[in-house]
Amino acid sequence: MKGTLQSGEGFWRSLDELARTKPFEESLHHEFAPGASEGKGFNRRDFLKLMGASLALAGLPACTRQPIGRIIPYVNQPENLVPGKPMYFATAMTLMGFAMGLVVESHDGHPTKIEGNPGHPASLGATNIFHQAGLLDLYDPDRSEEVLKQGQPDTWDNFVADMFAILETQKSRRGAGLRILTETVTSPALYHQLQALLKQFPDAKWHQYDPANRDNVREGSKLAFGEIVEPHYRFDKAKVIVSLDSDFLYLHPHSVRYARDFANLRRARTPESGMNRLYVIESSPTVTGANGDHHFPLRAAEIENAAFALAKQLGASFPNAVASENADWLAAIAEDLLQHPGEGIVIVGRNQPATVHALAHWMNNQLRNTGKTVTCTESAEANPINQTDSLRELAEALDGNEVDALVILGGNPVFAAPADFQFANKLKRAKFTAHLSSDVNETSSLCLWHIPQNHFLESWGDARAFDGTISIIQPLILPLYDGKSAHELLDAMAAPPGRSDYDIVHDFWKSQNPGPDFEERWRKALHDGFIEKTSLPEKKVKLRSLDHFRSAAVSRSEPDQPQHSRTAISLRTDNTASPTHEWEITFRPDPTLFDGRFANNGWLQELPKPITKLTWDNAAFIAPGMADREKLENGNVVEIEFQGRRLSLPVWITPGQPDGSIGLQFGYGRTRVGAVGTGTGFNTYALRTSGALWSGAGATLKKTGGRHDLVSTQMQHAIDSPERQIVREGTFEDFRNDPSFVQKDSESPSQPDTLFKPGEFAYNGYRWGMAIDLSACIGCSACTIACQAENNIPVVGKPQVAVGRIMHWIRVDAYFRGAPANPQITNQPVPCMHCENAPCEVVCPVGATLHDKEGLNLQVYNRCIGTRYCSNNCPYKVRRFNFFQYADYNTPSLKPMWNPNVTLRWRGVMEKCTYCLQRISAARINAENQDRTIREGEIQTACQQVCPANAIVFGDISDANSRVSKLRSHPLNFLMLGQLNTRPRTTYLARLRNPNPKIRV
Amino acid sequence: MAQIFRPRTNTIARATLAAAVLLIGASVGITYAVYWSPWTTRDMIPIKQPVPFSHKHHVFGLGLDCRYCHTSVEKSAFAGLPPTETCMTCHSQVWKQAPMLAPLRDSLASDVRLSWNRVNRTPDFVFFDHSVHVNHGIGCVTCHGNLDQMPLTWKSHTLYMKWCLNCHRTPEKYIRPRDEVFNLEWTTTNQMALGRKLVAEYHVHTEQLTDCSMCHR
Repeated sequence: MKGTLQSGEGFWRSLDELARTKPFEESLHHEFAPGASEGKGFNRRDFLKLMGASLALAGLPACTRQPIGRIIPYVNQPENLVPGKPMYFATAMTLMGFAMGLVVESHDGHPTKIEGNPGHPASLGATNIFHQAGLLDLYDPDRSEEVLKQGQPDTWDNFVADMFAILETQKSRRGAGLRILTETVTSPALYHQLQALLKQFPDAKWHQYDPANRDNVREGSKLAFGEIVEPHYRFDKAKVIVSLDSDFLYLHPHSVRYARDFANLRRARTPESGMNRLYVIESSPTVTGANGDHHFPLRAAEIENAAFALAKQLGASFPNAVASENADWLAAIAEDLLQHPGEGIVIVGRNQPATVHALAHWMNNQLRNTGKTVTCTESAEANPINQTDSLRELAEALDGNEVDALVILGGNPVFAAPADFQFANKLKRAKFTAHLSSDVNETSSLCLWHIPQNHFLESWGDARAFDGTISIIQPLILPLYDGKSAHELLDAMAAPPGRSDYDIVHDFWKSQNPGPDFEERWRKALHDGFIEKTSLPEKKVKLRSLDHFRSAAVSRSEPDQPQHSRTAISLRTDNTASPTHEWEITFRPDPTLFDGRFANNGWLQELPKPITKLTWDNAAFIAPGMADREKLENGNVVEIEFQGRRLSLPVWITPGQPDGSIGLQFGYGRTRVGAVGTGTGFNTYALRTSGALWSGAGATLKKTGGRHDLVSTQMQHAIDSPERQIVREGTFEDFRNDPSFVQKDSESPSQPDTLFKPGEFAYNGYRWGMAIDLSACIGCSACTIACQAENNIPVVGKPQVAVGRIMHWIRVDAYFRGAPANPQITNQPVPCMHCENAPCEVVCPVGATLHDKEGLNLQVYNRCIGTRYCSNNCPYKVRRFNFFQYADYNTPSLKPMWNPNVTLRWRGVMEKCTYCLQRISAARINAENQDRTIREGEIQTACQQVCPANAIVFGDISDANSRVSKLRSHPLNFLMLGQLNTRPRTTYLARLRNPNPKIRV
Repeated sequence: MAQIFRPRTNTIARATLAAAVLLIGASVGITYAVYWSPWTTRDMIPIKQPVPFSHKHHVFGLGLDCRYCHTSVEKSAFAGLPPTETCMTCHSQVWKQAPMLAPLRDSLASDVRLSWNRVNRTPDFVFFDHSVHVNHGIGCVTCHGNLDQMPLTWKSHTLYMKWCLNCHRTPEKYIRPRDEVFNLEWTTTNQMALGRKLVAEYHVHTEQLTDCSMCHR
C-alpha cells in the first residue's frame, strides 16, 4: 500500500481500491466474495452428488399432507380489537436515561415493530437503531427467565424475605450500610420512590453510573454558570455549526430530533433556500464527522487547544496567552461564526473535558447564540450528579467494608466500571448484593441475587425525554418471564411485598395531579405516550467570567493525569507522529452495541458500523499514515499499554482518524453474555480508567504478530465501475451557479431504449417510486435495522458475513474522496432500485422475479429455485440469497416477533427489498374497501418511516403532485448507473456540501 | 451351445416393455389421483371439532348472519372466529346443560380458550384478505360452498393456486351484488352480463389481479 496513499481525485471505497490492488479489481467483477458460493469442506463434485440425492428425495416431501392448523379465539375478545388487524400503542424506551417516544405495532397481542411517536418531541416519528433493535431484546432467547441466588434458581418471595431481613438490621443503623446503584434516572416516579426509601433509611446512599455518562457536560455547565444546567440546541435555526468532538447526529440523547432539525436546513431545494454549514473537529471518525462540510481530525487533547484558540478568535482574552499559534482554518471558522451572530451553534461532545464545554458556553454567549440557538434548562435527569465520582465513592465504601447491602438496578458495573475502581473485586465485600438485569451478565454472576428485569415492552414506567417531556412507558405484553421492574423492586424494598408497577406509576401521577379528571388525563397521556407541555422551561443563567473557569480548568488537573501544554499548540491536520512513539487513546461507546448492553442483540451485532462497516467486532482505529509507519495492516493484533494496563486487539486502518491517536470503542468483549455476544470483540474497558475516561496520552502500541479476522462489509456488494455515476455530489456554490449541474455529465439515455412500441406497455395505475436525498442522509443505518425488523430479515453470523452473505435489504454504502488521512465521506443508502428494465428479470429461468402492474420488481419466493442468475445480473448488487436456513422457524421465543404479513424465507431462495409490499398491500386493500385511491403519504416504507433525517421519500410517481414526483423532477435528481438504461424507480438527489470558500481542503 | 434366448423370450421382452410403460403410467396416474384426492387436499372431508358445531343448524335452521360470529370479515384479512362469549350469548339460555357444549362452558368458566381445528388453510407465503373480497362482491358461498348444508364444516375447494386463479382471471364469472355476499342461496341467470357490470362498478382492477404481488409478499 505504501506510496499509493496520495490523495485520490475521484471516489474510493477502501484503501485497496485507492491503491488499485489487483485482488480488489478482480473482486469487483464477482457476484459474491470468494468462497461465498461454495460450501465449506466439500467441492463442486461432491456438491453435485448431494444435489442428485436431494433431487431424488425432493419428491418425497411432496407426499406429505398439509397439517391441520388451529384457530384459538378469545374467551372474551378485547374491545376495539379486530382479529387480523394490528393495534398500535404509545410507549417509550429509555437510553442513557432519556425517553424516546415510540408507537409499537402489535399483532394478536405481541409487539412486532417499533416506530417513533410522531407527536413526541424527541422522536417526531423517527427512531435510531437502538430503539428499533429493542424489539429483538424482548424476544431474546438468552434473556434471564428466573430469579437466581448464587446462580441457582430461587423465587422472588425468598428474595423479598431475604432482603427484608437485611433491611430490618439496617433500620437501627439508619441504613448506613445500604447502597443503591442505578443508571441515569429521569423517571419522576422512580425518583419519588428512591427519595421515599432514602427517607426511611436516611444514611443510605443512592449512586448513579452510566459508562457513557455525561459528567463533562454537567461539570462544564457548573464551570460556566456555577450550576448544573442542560444545554439544548436549535439546529432548525442554526446556519453555522461547530462540533467539537460531538456526535450530536448519532449518539447524543436527543440525536434523533437533532438529526431531523439539522437535515431540514441541509436539503437545498432552490438556490435561494440556502444551506447550513457544519464544521466538525473530532478525535475519531463519527457519523457527525462524515456529515461535516469541513472535517478536522485532531487528537482529543488538541481539541481543547482548538477550543481555546477559537474562543480567542472570538474575542476572549486569556490572562496567559494560550494560543500562540493559529491555524488559518480556525480563523475562517471564527469569521463565519461572527458573521452569523445568533445563528450559530458551538456544541461539544461528552468526551471533551468540562473546560471545553464551559468555553463553548462562553462562545455561544459571545456570539449571541444563547437564547436563540442555544438555550439552557434544568437537567431532565432526576438528580444530575458527577457519576464517575458517585461510582468512585461506592467503590471506596465497598473497599472500606461500609456496605452491607448493595442493590443494583440495571447496568453492568462489573463489566463497565473504570478499570482502576476494580469493581469486581470490591463487589464481593458486600454481604448482600442484588442485581436487577434483563440478562445474567458479569455483574449478575458476582451478585448474591439476580432478579430478571422486565423489558420496557412488558412493564409500566415513566421517564423524561431530553427536553423534559414526561413520557409514559406502557407495556404491550404481559411479562414473558418471571421478571420485575425497577419500580417493583424498590417498592418491595420500601413496603414488602410491594405493589405492581402499574399501581406505582399510576398512583404516583395521581398524587401529582389530583383532581376529578385525573383518569381522563391519564388515559390521554397513555394514548399520546407523553404528557403535554411538560418540556422544561428555559432557564436564565448567568455566565461566569472567563477567568473563573479558566482558572478552574487549570486547577482541575490531577497529578496522575497527563497534562499537555497549552502554550504551544499546533493545529495541523496532517500532523506526523510524535517522536516518542507514545500515542493518545480515545474511548467512545461502540456505534452499534453502545456501552455493551446490546451485545446479545444480533441485529446490532451484524449491522455494519458507520464508516468502517465492521461487523461483529471492535478494533483499534489508526490513521493510514500511522499504519504505514508502523507497518500495520487491517487485522494485525497489537498490544496497547496504557497506564500499566495492557490489551491486545486488532487494528483497523480508518480514514479520518487523527494521526498519533488510537480510537477505541467500548462495549465489546463481554464475558458473561448470551450466545450471540459470546466471543465477539475486545474489552476496552480494561484500559479505561476514571482519570482517562474518554482519552489519555502516553499509550504505547506494540505489534504482536497475531492476526484477527475483522469482517467489514465495505467492499462487499461493491458496485463495479466506481468512477461512473454511482454517487454524485457538488457544492452549494455549484448548485447556485447552475442548479442542474448534476445533469451535465449525465450518461442516461435521453430517449430510453425499449423494444416496446410506444404505449404498448404502460403503467396506468400507481407507479411506486422512491427518492433518496443524499444531502439529508446522515448515514446512521436506522433504515437497515428498521427494514430488518419489518421484513423478517435473518441474522447470519460473522463467518457468513465474512463470505459476503449478509442479508440486509438496504445497505448504507460509504464513499470516500480525497486524501486517506482526512477524506470526505458520502453515504448512500441502497435498496432495490425496482428498475423498469430490470436486468434480473430477463435471466430468471422460472419467472420468479418479474414486474407487477404497479412497476414493482417482485421476488416470488415460492417460485424461486435458487439459480442466483438474477443476483449475478444485478448491477446494484442488492439481491440476497439464503445459502442456508437463516430464518429461525424454531426458537419459540422468536416466533411471535416475526411480522405476520411477510413470508419467512427458506433455504435456497433469493430475496431483496420489496418497497415494503405488505404495507402497499395493506394500504391498497384499505383504500379499495373504501372505494377510493391511495392517498399521498398513506404508505410509508419502513426505511422511510424510521429515517431521522427524512431522507427517504416514497410514493406514487404517476401523481405529479406527490412528493416523490417533485423530487424526481428536481434538478439534483440522478439515476444510479443510469447509463445502463435500467430506468430505476429508486433515484437519488445529489449530495450538496457547503464548504467555506476560505478554507482550502 | 444352446441358445440363451429362446423365441418366447421376445414375448417376455415385449411384455416387460409394455408393463414398464403401464407401470410408469399407472404410478403417474396414482400419484395424480392421490394428489388431487380429498385425502391430500382435505376438501369435502368434515373436520372434527372440540364442539361439533353445525353451520347447517345455525345458518339454515336459525338464519344467523355470517357476520354474527365472523365479525371482522368486512374489515380484516381474517374473518374471525367467535370468542367463547359470543357462543354463550345464546347458550347461556338454550341448551344450557347439553353435554355436547361442555367444552364451551368449561372455556368460559376456566378462561381457557377453545382450540378449533382449521378447515381452510393457505400456505405461509399466501396472504389472503377476506375484507377486500367481501367488499368487492365475492360471496361467502363462492369459496366456502354451501355452509348452510354442512352439519360439520368441511373445505369446499382445494384452495390451490389454480383454483384461486380461476376467479382472479375472470372475476365476472363469480362476482355478485354486495348486498348478496352473505346470502348463501343467491343465484342469477345472467351472471356474465351482471358480472361485467359489477366488475366495472366495484372498480375491480382485473389487469392487476394476476400479479404475483396480489397474494405473495
